[in-house]
Amino acid sequence: MERNDVVEATVRALRVAETSLQPWVLELIEQAAQKETDPIARFHLFCMLENVRISKAKGLPLCQDTGLPIFCLEVGRELRLDFDLRAAVAEGVRKATKEIPLRPNVVDPLTRDNTEDNTGYGIPDVIFYNKPGCELHITAFPKGAGSENMSLVGMLNPADEPFDFILEAVAERGANSCPPLFLGIGIGGSFDMVARMAKRALLNMPGNSDFELELMKKINSLGIGPMGLGGDTTVLGVKIEKASCHTASLPVALNFQCWANRSATEVLK
Amino acid sequence: MEYRLQTPLSDNDIKCLRSEDVVYLSGTVYTARDKAHAYIRKEGTPISLEGAALYHCGPLIQNHRVLSAGPTTSSRLSRYTEEILSLGVKAIIGKGGIPAEPFKDRAIYLAYPGGCGALAACQLHVCNNHLVKLGMAEALWEFQTTDMGPMIVAVDSCGGDLYREVRRRVQAKLRQV
Repeated sequence: MERNDVVEATVRALRVAETSLQPWVLELIEQAAQKETDPIARFHLFCMLENVRISKAKGLPLCQDTGLPIFCLEVGRELRLDFDLRAAVAEGVRKATKEIPLRPNVVDPLTRDNTEDNTGYGIPDVIFYNKPGCELHITAFPKGAGSENMSLVGMLNPADEPFDFILEAVAERGANSCPPLFLGIGIGGSFDMVARMAKRALLNMPGNSDFELELMKKINSLGIGPMGLGGDTTVLGVKIEKASCHTASLPVALNFQCWANRSATEVLK
Repeated sequence: MEYRLQTPLSDNDIKCLRSEDVVYLSGTVYTARDKAHAYIRKEGTPISLEGAALYHCGPLIQNHRVLSAGPTTSSRLSRYTEEILSLGVKAIIGKGGIPAEPFKDRAIYLAYPGGCGALAACQLHVCNNHLVKLGMAEALWEFQTTDMGPMIVAVDSCGGDLYREVRRRVQAKLRQV
């Protein structure tokens, strides 16, 4: 595996993620559009499906917010690489920014100066996992600011009910997150762990535990609807990732993801 | 009800519109988001916004072609509504909603389907960029459009606010579940 293979695979993963939705995501939106009873909500869901069709047919990014570049790299334990993986992914991001193209979104947090190439201090965010074998899986997971800005971490009292915290947060913040939503939830661990778990939950959708299904039903009963304009369809998927935590702690994180749940994986051997 | 509007917009054009109506807009649309709003507050507007439709949008553009241009979250820009409307803007387009008070008797807020950047790209054509130095996403772009939409009247000029209605129902429901 050469450095340039990683650069090119990064560009390909971003292009697919920006201009199409994975079949399971599209299927959930289609099912919701058929079942939705509110006329404004139905109409929004059909606009979203039309948008996906145009995006794929013309190769145009689904959303003008092409996101903050985030990647999950699953690295085979038998792989021996003589180059910096993170730097290769960053080069892929710079290339994709010109070629796809992507909107330059990355700025210095204080001066707000734009780097114009979607890279910067610590960006792209590259999360590494190990896996058996000798393959490299590169998953592009560009994250838009609309839904990311609404995400939150709560350091709850162990006597609190996480269910209530989650429902209240969705009721308060859901409308600005471009619903119908995918909700990644972390419960337990520590302050920083729980946020990572919530993000990972978004990649491992959808969940089907009793708790997840119950939460989904309750959130949909709130009636926030697509784009917060009312309707039956507020959330399309809920997934919870759990870790053990300190006996005095109850960290809970909600990572909101808009309806355009973009991700794509490239496999290198 | 469904309406087709043409810019520049007058008080008469918007006063009959009510929350939940559907609008298609033709004519000129200006984009502005965080930096353009801050610039206008500090330096004044570089162009006349009398009768204008202002789109909360940071578009993706290449070689003067619009590639993706859905709405951005309007609540971030709500601190500027009063002065934007005092410049003569008659319609603000965005997503997620915005406090309705400043719109009373003078303007409307239209919700463009969020995340539908490719759909919007087919409806918008670049005419000009009035604040190039702010960068692609933050500039004040001037677009021409025919039948931009569909958009929902979410805040009307008579105090109607669809987001507020939904929020009220959501809070009532939250107490039950």
